[in-house]
Amino acid sequence: MTAQPGLSARSPVLEIEGLCIEYGTGDGAVRAVIDVDLVLHRGEVVGLAGESGSGKSTLAYGATRLLRPPGTITGGSVVFHPDPKRPELTVDLLDAGITELRRLRWRELAIVLQSAMNALNPVLSVETQLTDTLAAHLPGSTHASRRERAADLLRLVGISPDRLRSYPHELSGGMKQRVMIAMALALEPQVVIMDEPTTALDVVTQREILQEVIELRDRLGFSVLFITHDLSLLLELADTIAVMYAGRLMEIAPARRLFAAPRHPYTAGLLASFPSLHGERRVMTGIPGSPPDLRNPPPGCPFHPRCGFAEPQCRQAMPPLAPPPGPVGWGRLVACWLQDGRADRPDEIARPEPPARPAGPVPTGQGPVQP
Amino acid sequence: MSAVDGHPPDGAALNGDRPTGATVLVARDLTKHYKVRERGLRGSVGPKRVVHAAEDISLELRAGRVSAVVGESGSGKTTLAQMLAWLIRPTAGEILLDGQRVTRRSLRAYRHRVQIVFQDPFASLNPVHDVHYHLARPLRIHRRARGRAAVDEAVEALLARVRLEPTRQFVHKMPHELSGGQRQRVAIARALAAGPSVLLADEPVSMLDVSIRLGVLNLLGDLRDTESLAILYVTHDIASARYFADTVTVMYAGRLVESGPAVEVTDHPSHPYTQLLLSAAPDPERAAPAVIKGSGAAPSLVNPPAGCRFHPRCPFAMPVCRTQRPPDVPVGPGHVAACWLRHPDHARATVHPPAGDPPA
Repeated sequence: MTAQPGLSARSPVLEIEGLCIEYGTGDGAVRAVIDVDLVLHRGEVVGLAGESGSGKSTLAYGATRLLRPPGTITGGSVVFHPDPKRPELTVDLLDAGITELRRLRWRELAIVLQSAMNALNPVLSVETQLTDTLAAHLPGSTHASRRERAADLLRLVGISPDRLRSYPHELSGGMKQRVMIAMALALEPQVVIMDEPTTALDVVTQREILQEVIELRDRLGFSVLFITHDLSLLLELADTIAVMYAGRLMEIAPARRLFAAPRHPYTAGLLASFPSLHGERRVMTGIPGSPPDLRNPPPGCPFHPRCGFAEPQCRQAMPPLAPPPGPVGWGRLVACWLQDGRADRPDEIARPEPPARPAGPVPTGQGPVQP
Repeated sequence: MSAVDGHPPDGAALNGDRPTGATVLVARDLTKHYKVRERGLRGSVGPKRVVHAAEDISLELRAGRVSAVVGESGSGKTTLAQMLAWLIRPTAGEILLDGQRVTRRSLRAYRHRVQIVFQDPFASLNPVHDVHYHLARPLRIHRRARGRAAVDEAVEALLARVRLEPTRQFVHKMPHELSGGQRQRVAIARALAAGPSVLLADEPVSMLDVSIRLGVLNLLGDLRDTESLAILYVTHDIASARYFADTVTVMYAGRLVESGPAVEVTDHPSHPYTQLLLSAAPDPERAAPAVIKGSGAAPSLVNPPAGCRFHPRCPFAMPVCRTQRPPDVPVGPGHVAACWLRHPDHARATVHPPAGDPPA
């Protein structure tokens, strides 16, 4: 399984369309994810950025059918394409029965949960936890083959196999996170969803693990949906970035374009919230106000109370997620009334697009210096 | 605040008549060792061991300046902040406030002058009391206001200082009615209620949403500028330290490894650990894929490595690094690094990484 250029490299593997998720029912329901469309292509790393309460984790749990009550999926589809050459295998995860889900989970669709520290069972050794997974999903396998595979998996993520006998408390935070990643990759899934996998780790460990994820992706060809609140991390890591706010997608764009030329005022504000490691120090303001209370969301665009450019129509109706003005086919979408083709857009959301780069995989972290 | 590093002229200080830049709080060779003893399954008691949480930390806090302490988890940065707040007693070393040695007997006076803001605003406010209670209590305890009317007025003035306006709207809110950023502002107001000249901020924004962090940092920056507060900013985020602090001190495994002017330290890191930290930090402007300069994880503080504590991870380690603790070597104006590579007796052209541009 490798990320081959051409047809299979750009064919979609997971298509989320119109996904709506609510917590609770009736009048008191909180709309946590509203009408989200997101496509994950083969071998692609899609970054999903958002602040706490933006619905990014709910989206991941909903799409994998791991959502617990009171969360309910109220609409949309999550279409999984196991094989681009065999469209008959395509399945909507939201319609799938429990047997079908069991067949797909882990083998095709794996998830690395937030805080690996607590996701491992403290009273079982690493070996038991890895081989249990294999035994559950590969019923015909022998004990010896599972053991060998567990050792291989640890080697894959850079841990010596003699750690198989270790218990989670004997491992450092970074090693536990690596074990979690090894477990997720145990059955060579096509899609790996990572929910804040490095949030609790030190920057050096975080960097090592991210580099490992990218190397493994290049080697094994899986796709990653990487969820984090840290946009600055995604800019170096992801091919495509989707920005969520108050349950809605505000902007999707290739990472380089998003960094050099954000089109949504929220994205521009987020980018201006990360102080730079270089150059003159200048005053940055972040974004005024705080994220909305989803029990009582503002009407229209949820960002309008914090937006410096809000207009009367922003208070009335949510703008559609549509291509911003500019050449089409750049994979850019933005939900902002200011991007309706007018000439006098504010400078912050009208920076020129970075020059096109030759075809091929997008290298990480080669954005131009911000003007 | 007109510019990040623009300070008001001397004398603009509201906080007493201390000129900006004057030394307020000095830590001299602060050390904290924790004695630990492992307990076995049947109540057996293991050997006594010592966690070397912080060793020989010397630091100066100046009026109207922000000093950042940068380090990863376990580096001892919170231990340092808590020693300075007199929440934990140092094993050795001393703290001087305005040149006077701090003792237990002068504790109340010390608390009057030195206050701390904690990391988690969801845990540091009492959920059963409203904002007014949180601010009125320190005002009364530190005798900043007497009588209901005076206290009410002082509470509103505090809220205005942390930009929780209109103040009337916030006075009787309960913590659960506030967002994370608003809670942290209340926590800052509570610290200001004592009328301190030193504010110790232990990771004040790391629990907050990204979009509101700068708002809180800028507020602290304003307090530094308008009230000449001396601020200790403890953080793991070196980019925010560069943005906001005047000086940066880098800690590793309980020791100081490098300190100097904020931009100087981040643009020309001298110690290999600082270089490692910077090479691993998220940086969208990075021209090429990140190359991490070093490997491994921080050492155990029970049995820290001899010599330089960074030597097992250091790509430039020399024999002397394994045996002798490196001295503080000046590497620029106000910029020191505890590294043998910088020492004239050991610096060799072949291994000596020029500041900011070490060999790959």
